[in-house]
Amino acid sequence: MAHLDTTTNAGQLLAAASGGRRRRGDRIFSNTAVIAAVTILALLVGVAAFLVAEGFPALTASSADLPNHESFLSYVAPLAFGTVLAGVLAMIVAVPLAVAVALFITHIAPARIAMLLGFFVDLLAAIPSIIYGLWGIFVLGPAAVPAMKWLEEKLGFIPIFEGPASITGRTMLVVGLVLAVMILPIISAVAREVFSQTPRKLQEGAQALGATRWEMIRTTVLPFGRSSVISGAMLGLGRALGETMAVAIILSVSGGVTFNLIGQANPSTIAANIALNFPESSGLAINLLIATGLVLFAITLATNFIARMIIARSEVQ
Amino acid sequence: MTPPPAQAATLSTRSLLSGEGSRGGSLPSWAPWGAFVGALAFCGLVEAALGWFTIALMVVFGALVAILAIYAWSRPIEGARRAKDRAVTMAIVAAFGVAMAPLVSLLYEVLTRGARGISWEFFTSDARGVVGGGGAAHAIVGTLIITACAVVIAVPIGIMAAIYMNEYGRGPLRRALTFFVDVMTGIPSIVAGLFAYALFELFFGPGIRMGIMGSIALTVLMIPIVIRSAEEVLKIVPNHLREASYALGTPKWKTIVKVVLPTAFAGLVTGVMIATARIIGETAPLLVTTGVVDSLNTDPFQGRMQNLAVYAYNEYRSPGVMKQASYDRAWAAALTLIAIVMILNVIARLVYRRYKTEIR
Repeated sequence: MAHLDTTTNAGQLLAAASGGRRRRGDRIFSNTAVIAAVTILALLVGVAAFLVAEGFPALTASSADLPNHESFLSYVAPLAFGTVLAGVLAMIVAVPLAVAVALFITHIAPARIAMLLGFFVDLLAAIPSIIYGLWGIFVLGPAAVPAMKWLEEKLGFIPIFEGPASITGRTMLVVGLVLAVMILPIISAVAREVFSQTPRKLQEGAQALGATRWEMIRTTVLPFGRSSVISGAMLGLGRALGETMAVAIILSVSGGVTFNLIGQANPSTIAANIALNFPESSGLAINLLIATGLVLFAITLATNFIARMIIARSEVQ
Repeated sequence: MTPPPAQAATLSTRSLLSGEGSRGGSLPSWAPWGAFVGALAFCGLVEAALGWFTIALMVVFGALVAILAIYAWSRPIEGARRAKDRAVTMAIVAAFGVAMAPLVSLLYEVLTRGARGISWEFFTSDARGVVGGGGAAHAIVGTLIITACAVVIAVPIGIMAAIYMNEYGRGPLRRALTFFVDVMTGIPSIVAGLFAYALFELFFGPGIRMGIMGSIALTVLMIPIVIRSAEEVLKIVPNHLREASYALGTPKWKTIVKVVLPTAFAGLVTGVMIATARIIGETAPLLVTTGVVDSLNTDPFQGRMQNLAVYAYNEYRSPGVMKQASYDRAWAAALTLIAIVMILNVIARLVYRRYKTEIR
């Protein structure tokens, strides 16, 4: 085929266009591309199908046969509660901070520093979760013990700070903070992207009307970026819900359902529960864990789905 | 306090021109720093007096007091609007500081604690038959093999799929692919691990552990990242290059291979390296698929295979008799992992900056 490049002329072109050789090359290549595309769809279907197939025995087994002699629902409910609690806690902490970080980098820091900071925050998004886990248990946990004691003493009347405060720092509050630190770079990357795309003429128009910097941000940047920030937050939430190792390492679990964030006994999360129990499990216990994984998959799917819907809707407008 | 409207308009125009506030006055340039340091000192003293002194509380309260202080200071001199601007700016900078503090602390701790566990032995020997010692060579080799297998599987599929989406795709398959790649981005890593386990259990029976299972799990996590970045760089290859190639009579596939891909090459390499950096530190999917083992195994199709992330977890989880030495090794593994991730990221960006094709 190589001679076609160099010795092309109109006659050859016409001949080749109607001939089969060139079409064969095209056909093979485009078929490969289609196969790759279909493989990916098959992979995703496969993830769902194999989880259902392996989780199914646990879903149908009677509660007497299951390892803890309780029904699947009563096994997974506290775990799902813990998952959502940790995720929501992380989001409450991370979203305002991430927006502030994005605003700082795009609108407040001098341009030269801003680029470096943006690069730094992007690097942080790549730090493996196991390292956040080690940091949480060895550094943040012990450092948070006196603060949690203070919360118990001064704000103990609020149910979430009821106590008795943990003396090890392996609490839901610390987990929420670590998860917040983990998802902050993700949310702030999304927010930074959209904040820096705010039309210049809007910003300059606001300033020409005499707006202070904050008034300019409030009237142009924030409304422009709102839907993207929401979807970025949902992506971060999806990440926090599925986070495994940091939670497995830090949290001291008891399995109950409680809103007390600083106590010794905390509800576990689905992902952490799998990581902690899977290596030592066999038989139906494995099926049970895979079934809980299916529930986690459904929860994160729903979260991401909502995020994509919000993005899609804002794009139409 | 607010001046009448007409006056406000002229004053703010003047303030823009002269850099002064609507009240005519202006705080000294060190005012924000002064307010912050003053507030910190104030809160520190008050807490010490009350007897609940901790650094974290001092910083949190200090930031809050500083925001109020700068507002109260600025308002009588500069007017309500400038005061609010100053307060919000202070709040944003404080929030930025609060957000960065844990990240800086994390890097510092990994560096100092990790350095203690790093030794020649750590990189050169495995931990077979050693009580409370040994190195992580088996984990490092395992990490490289598992990741390499995942890259070999994920990159061709991912890039071909991106080519499909950008060059060929139209209609329902393309739309479905766009949507499901988004969905795939959100799969929790542990779920990918469970998928790989369920897949292999079906063929090899329960309790199966192999290096390649980990690679399959990582592939699921890596493919969407590769597609996303590849699609992004293919999209910015300008159409006139393709059209010029077609005009010379070059077939479409050859146009893609000889014109589109070389133009996008730097971007593709960067994307693959960043995706690799993202999966190389995954722990959860490997914990359930490749298992934990003390000795070197270089065959991904046979038996358990250790990797750095699981090694770090295991050294923390079951430290054995010499606790501190074990924790040191966990941190050393964390440091090695972070170094690999950072190097991959930095090289990726350098490659992009050095080799990217100027597109006009």
